Amino acid sequence: MATTITPQSTATPTQRRRGIRDRAGDRRSRWDQKFSPYGFVAPFFIVFGAFGLYPLVWTAWVSVHHTELINADQMGGWAGFQNYVNLLHDSFFWNAFRNTVSLAILSAVPQLLMALGLAHLLNYKLRGSTFWRISVLAPFATSVAAATVVFAQLFNRDVGTVNYVLHTVFGISNVDFTNSKWPAQIAISTIVIWRWTGYNALIYLAAMQSIPNELYEAATVDGASQWRQFREVTIPSLRPTIIFTIIISTIGSIQLFGEPLLFSSGGTNAVTGGADRQYQTLAMYFYERGFNNGHLGRAAAVAWLMFLIIVIFVIINTLIARRMRDSE
Amino acid sequence: MFRTRKKAVALVSALAAVVLIASGCSSSSDNKSGGSSTTLKVRLFGTFGYKEAGLFDQYQKLHPNIKIDYTTVEQEATYWTALQTSLSSGAGLGDVQGIEVGRIAAVTSQLSDKFVDLNTLGASSLKDNFYAWKWQESMAGSKQLGLGTDIGPLAICYRTDLFKAAGLPTDPTQVSALWANGWDGYVAAGQQYKAHAKAGQYWTDTAGGMFNAVIGQSTNQYYDASGKLIADSNPAVKAAWDESMKVAAGGLSAKLSQFSTAWNVAFTTGTFATLACPSWMVGYIKSEAGAMSGQWNIANIPGGGGDWGGSYLSIPKGSKHQKEAYDLINWLTSAEQQAAVFKAVGNFPSNSKAAADPTVASATDKYFSGGTDPNNPVGAPIGKIFGDSAAKLQPAILGPHDGDVKNAISTAITRVETGRQSPDAAWNQLMTKDIPAAVGS
Repeated sequence: MATTITPQSTATPTQRRRGIRDRAGDRRSRWDQKFSPYGFVAPFFIVFGAFGLYPLVWTAWVSVHHTELINADQMGGWAGFQNYVNLLHDSFFWNAFRNTVSLAILSAVPQLLMALGLAHLLNYKLRGSTFWRISVLAPFATSVAAATVVFAQLFNRDVGTVNYVLHTVFGISNVDFTNSKWPAQIAISTIVIWRWTGYNALIYLAAMQSIPNELYEAATVDGASQWRQFREVTIPSLRPTIIFTIIISTIGSIQLFGEPLLFSSGGTNAVTGGADRQYQTLAMYFYERGFNNGHLGRAAAVAWLMFLIIVIFVIINTLIARRMRDSE
Repeated sequence: MFRTRKKAVALVSALAAVVLIASGCSSSSDNKSGGSSTTLKVRLFGTFGYKEAGLFDQYQKLHPNIKIDYTTVEQEATYWTALQTSLSSGAGLGDVQGIEVGRIAAVTSQLSDKFVDLNTLGASSLKDNFYAWKWQESMAGSKQLGLGTDIGPLAICYRTDLFKAAGLPTDPTQVSALWANGWDGYVAAGQQYKAHAKAGQYWTDTAGGMFNAVIGQSTNQYYDASGKLIADSNPAVKAAWDESMKVAAGGLSAKLSQFSTAWNVAFTTGTFATLACPSWMVGYIKSEAGAMSGQWNIANIPGGGGDWGGSYLSIPKGSKHQKEAYDLINWLTSAEQQAAVFKAVGNFPSNSKAAADPTVASATDKYFSGGTDPNNPVGAPIGKIFGDSAAKLQPAILGPHDGDVKNAISTAITRVETGRQSPDAAWNQLMTKDIPAAVGS
């Protein structure tokens, strides 16, 4: 964006005609070019500093104290790393971690595969293509709470539609979705998949449309089938996009909170993710310790460990991606 | 012309955006006092019954310069979290905040400096109006932090149509006689129900409700008088647990989670036939299962006595209208209004004068007329049932984390009910991990 402007051209045409050079105007103009970019990004960074960076640092500060919600204005005693050490020995924390990982895999993998397939279908010349693309995105526009509450009703043990279908078609009766482990996790993954598939499909679609047609024509000439073309032309060209969606899905899945919390639709076992913590995620464990039991210090430690876990997963993702790219 | 039109459109839409944003930022704070009205923010949970009994409208008519802004949330746990957050940050507080009995000990021990001492506003003259133990529970030293709203004397609410179909009696006197010898009789009746009931119809909603009722009949619960946690050593807790296990492990429970959406739905679908009914549950049943009028009735609680629930109204120090708020809560908790609430939603008065009111003692509820002649329904005598139960009530010793311990026990009971753990394993986990994690730091 650097421009080379000679001093004369900063004078306006009127000023040039009159032979006047506005030195203050020059300086203003130079300052404008040098500092206005910072001015344009400042709003974002101010907001980020207030609502992103400050809470991060504050949470770290709270996590090294024994802070309680009931008197959160007093910091509580110094704890050092006691909260973190306790967490590493806490079986509930690791249970939440395992649930988060299994929910992440259960929701992200089918979602991205279906999104890929959907994008491929949407790439064809369909009639009313805008309608198809918008309806695929419609679930993304719903609110997490509303969608989860409605789905929870569908999964109701006694009167839910899903149990009705399972009973009439498969003969399985009264699956208790809110009090079980794998049925609950599959149900929650269904809600997440329903919401995010369209979004990822449109991202893949946008990337697919930038693949040059010549590649497909060459592949057809070489005698490749549709499936082979998909596997060896489309997917390699989409690699950067796929990696991007995997990273975004990973980050989103590790933060999963709304769907599992509202899945029990109220009651005493909502925040524990089922009475036996069958589907309690890390974010829910954070909320339980911090706001249900009032132990803010411990909860802050959970929050920072979550952050570290996300960073580690993203690094792993990036390393795998780089190795795949280097290997070809 | 095109350029000016574009400019005009841009200007108009910018103006519209500013107007929309400005109107969206309308503040909900009260008007300036001095002639114009004062808005009192009343923040409660569950069903206190004031709106249902029309008391807010009545008060606003009596005091034209007062407006009442009332909100309530169903889950008390959510409410308590929000209240603690507001008290720590000083923002978002109401002028009147409800406090549940499971939290009042935490308020008196750790939050006494954040609530107004009502004695300074004249509450000491009200002392004799309330049950002595109810008055004492909300005191922090010599400071009175709340005025009592209701108490929770116990009964059993049951579905007369389901009882009839299973061959059990439907008349309340006969039903009460089924368990006249205590909770074992209740369990036995449950097994009899199970033998005759259809699949998917259970005796009770969750053994956790029964647990709360049983422990509510004991003076010693989770804390002793010195404030020490005794949940693991108190024989009353183990006894209540063992009794609940007969229901939980015996297939008599519908394994529902109380106050969840599925539990609300189950009131109408016949998934459970009985539930432990503190007096405030009466209003809850009527609001959740309005269409089932005439299908429910009320019997005595096995063993008699016992208390589950009850609340207080308090004024946070952050309130800008403490005097007006005090006038409101004084009026709401006085005998006449507590009697009106009882007749509307069944919350039993903590005001002893109200409890002694003959209209309270003789109150009946047509909704609970199950088992009587449908052409001439006889409502259950809720005044007598809950009044007798309240007279036998032994007040319990409270502690700061009562609510958390209660929730942990409910969760452990659900683990047993749903077959995830054996009773012994659940008890062990409860005592060694769940309760220490909830209570400790």
